[in-house]
Amino acid sequence: MTPQDLEVQEKKTQPEEQAEKTETGRYFVPQTDIHESTDALFVAMDMPGVGKDSVDIQVEKNVLTITGNIDFSKYEDLKPIYTEYSVGHYTRSFTLSSEIDKNNISAKMADGVLALHLPKIKEAAAKKIEVQ
Amino acid sequence: MVYRFVDPFNALYDFQRALDSTRFSDWFGRSTAGAGTSPAINVFSKGDDCVIVAELPGVNKNDIDVSVKGNHVRISGKREISYGDGDGDGVSIHRRERTSGGFDRTLTVPIHVDADGVKAEFQDGVLAVFLPRAEADKPRSVNIR
Repeated sequence: MTPQDLEVQEKKTQPEEQAEKTETGRYFVPQTDIHESTDALFVAMDMPGVGKDSVDIQVEKNVLTITGNIDFSKYEDLKPIYTEYSVGHYTRSFTLSSEIDKNNISAKMADGVLALHLPKIKEAAAKKIEVQ
Repeated sequence: MVYRFVDPFNALYDFQRALDSTRFSDWFGRSTAGAGTSPAINVFSKGDDCVIVAELPGVNKNDIDVSVKGNHVRISGKREISYGDGDGDGVSIHRRERTSGGFDRTLTVPIHVDADGVKAEFQDGVLAVFLPRAEADKPRSVNIR
């Protein structure tokens, strides 16, 4: 497999396939960096306002879905008088290549940035088979 | 060696946003207090007081500087993105949407601020600066005889 194949591909937003959300509030696509080393993929997502406990990460089939929810209660007694950005939840999905070890994905949350570590499966081809 | 991909549209959007925010808002009045467009800010009122909220994900708390002088508030600092343990050989970047670098922004609030009572909070990448209105600036209700 060439290194290019390892790239996490963003799932195309197709309204007919993607289930609509039933919760209130807008969902934004978090800005994401993806970089790769020899043994893992690293994904960093900007999700300001999302705490460690309000992140939901799921892998279903080959699709990694990350959802981060904002605590709107902090804004309850605040009245906007000048705004430049909107506040909302975050969600984004990626299709994982078969080289990712789906059982060992780990995540860290710090200062509103979610850092995902997606290890690659140890080279299956490297296993040596003894001829008897 | 990490190559930086600078999106030319980002510069355009920043410029547009700067224009829009001054043209379509009388918040800054005739002053030129708004230096820079980053970070984007929201201003709220909380009773008599003012609250400034800015999203600064991935910024270290110690790298943010908030200063208050009169009714001007300056938020500055820098954001660094490191590629963690992936740095070094064999690292390739597939997607780079997050931006890094310095930010510096000054804004003027329409209240007299009690500088001693200013509080700043940074949690989950969101900076909130609480600006209490000076006692002398608070509206007083007048008894009607």
